[in-house]
Amino acid sequence: MTEELLELYRYRELLMVITFRDIKVRYKQSIMGFLWAILMPILIVMSGVVIRYAYALASHVPMNTSDIASVAVKSVPYAFLVAAIRFSCFSLTANTSLVVKIYFPKEIFPMAAVLACLFDFFVAFGALIILLIFLHVGVSVYLLWVPVLLAAMVLLATGIGMIVSASSLFFRDVKYIVEVVLTFGIFFTPVFYDVRMLGDKGKWLMLNPAAPLLEGINACIVRHRAPDLFWVSYSIAFSLVAFVAGFVLFKHLEPAFAESI
Amino acid sequence: MSDVALRMEHVYKKFRKGETYNSLRDLLPALTGKMFKAQELDSRDKREFWALQDISFEVKHGEAMGIVGRNGAGKSTALKILSRIMKPTKGRMVVNGRLSALIEVTAGFHQDLTGRENIYLHGTILGMTRREIDAKLDQIIAFSGLEEFIDTPVKRYSSGMYARLGFSVAAHVDPEVLIVDEVLSVGDYVFQQRCMDRMRAIVANGTTLLFVSHNLKAVTEICPNSVLLEHGRVLAIDNTDAVVRKYLSDEDKAGETGNRPVYISSVKVRDLAGEQSTFESGETAWVDIEVMARNTTEKLAVVIWLLDHTEYEIFNTSTERLGYPAFTISPGQVYKCSFEIKINLAHGTFGLCAAVHRYDIQKTYDKKVPAVTLFIGSTMAVRGAVNCFPKIIESGLSEIRAEETARL
Repeated sequence: MTEELLELYRYRELLMVITFRDIKVRYKQSIMGFLWAILMPILIVMSGVVIRYAYALASHVPMNTSDIASVAVKSVPYAFLVAAIRFSCFSLTANTSLVVKIYFPKEIFPMAAVLACLFDFFVAFGALIILLIFLHVGVSVYLLWVPVLLAAMVLLATGIGMIVSASSLFFRDVKYIVEVVLTFGIFFTPVFYDVRMLGDKGKWLMLNPAAPLLEGINACIVRHRAPDLFWVSYSIAFSLVAFVAGFVLFKHLEPAFAESI
Repeated sequence: MSDVALRMEHVYKKFRKGETYNSLRDLLPALTGKMFKAQELDSRDKREFWALQDISFEVKHGEAMGIVGRNGAGKSTALKILSRIMKPTKGRMVVNGRLSALIEVTAGFHQDLTGRENIYLHGTILGMTRREIDAKLDQIIAFSGLEEFIDTPVKRYSSGMYARLGFSVAAHVDPEVLIVDEVLSVGDYVFQQRCMDRMRAIVANGTTLLFVSHNLKAVTEICPNSVLLEHGRVLAIDNTDAVVRKYLSDEDKAGETGNRPVYISSVKVRDLAGEQSTFESGETAWVDIEVMARNTTEKLAVVIWLLDHTEYEIFNTSTERLGYPAFTISPGQVYKCSFEIKINLAHGTFGLCAAVHRYDIQKTYDKKVPAVTLFIGSTMAVRGAVNCFPKIIESGLSEIRAEETARL
């Protein structure tokens, strides 16, 4: 594996070029330009606000601004995770001619897809910061956790991305399965709600590796406290395993790409 | 480091024909089915075929090696294995040095990006660094001849412009080992010549080259030695002239006489010394043709013509047109005719073809394309298909008068 990682490092310039290609093409094609990056998070935040409002009505607990901040803070990284998995799933089949004709480490495709989505994430994150200032969410030392949690998220997305891109090359229906899982995933991920709303049963939801990361981001940014160390370690470990497993699987399947696509 | 740049040792490659399971929906029932009945295995073996069998050859540093063979002979598979896009089923291969493969020169292009952006994208994919591309950008654009359109998205390019830009990037990669697969078929004549010159320059620079093409003339010009592949096996490794001759002579066998009423039984080309296929430009050759019959057939004429390496007909004549009357032939007879031709051809490989048909070309009875391959020795002064035996009779500088300069 070290040898393969070294080779990937030698091709780092290509990774950047393909990433910029993906970003450039996306922003060139859409009339909305940078709005594209924040459209998805805005939709998620608005759905979240509606659900939170309904919840507040049902439970007779009035909704406050920190609820909106929570939903917003969790929506943006969640939108990144979903987009990254979706784009990496298509990344190999959308570049057939390159996969078949030219040699280079092919994990560059799912990785570039994740990085291009990360770019969108930063654009949306900029908008998020403006919203948070507007909602009077202050700063605290716990913000130092945010890069760690985000790094775990990127690792998780890349790991899953490598697995789904390689398997969708061999099995054409994998993309439909991924699409269904991503659509309903929002109900099993604490974006619109907080895990503590579910009481004891909440720990089952924390098994979803994205859940502790999103809850952790919410805790550091909105609630000014440290994330739950146990569950965050679980997520980081899960992300590392997903990345290594994804990489090993991808490299194992790679020699068969050209004749199977 | 050894002096070997590329080596294949007993390489085998197996492919599976027909439909394999390419969706989970098909695979899962098949897997559960297999648990209960462990057959189907025989039928799967039959669907396998060997694209390459026991391929071994090596290319030394700085050498230019050609690969020729018919469609499906395994040329592209061999290149894909050498460029590590595919893994061999058995055997091993060695590559010493930075390798770059031009298998599809426009593979890296993205429709929505401009020509300039695509140069960076495609250049990086082919293994250049950003700094290298910066340094060579002007050269690449000049080579492609697309200065005016370089900031236009490539989706608005014509297919010729597209391919020209692709080759221009590829031609400036400067690897140690270069693999080229049939990329010269793009662009117009001028651009093809520019590509050939560039390939010659790359070889002259000491780059190792492996060149696959159906353009036998191009292979002959660039590569001293070649490998002949057929049905996934190495048929010959020799100097290119010999390999091309073998390749073309094998092609003859493909068309047998069958049971035609009249057929060409022999075509021979000779000079004063006897049968010959290599000539010097300007020599005289004799083409002897024999025709035999299974049934009595009347009003016949014999035609001969020459094809250049692109299969373009450059010369054609017949007994009829040369003033000899149509003939009638019966079984047990042999008709002989002898054409005297002057080899006003330039350096290259030409196909001499012969046919026998009714004098008004209503019906062709037998045709040999080519009957004999002619190799015309090099006269370095001329290029192209024909030798017009040029001479310079005047050359020099003189002053232009003042009033003429003003008019210009």
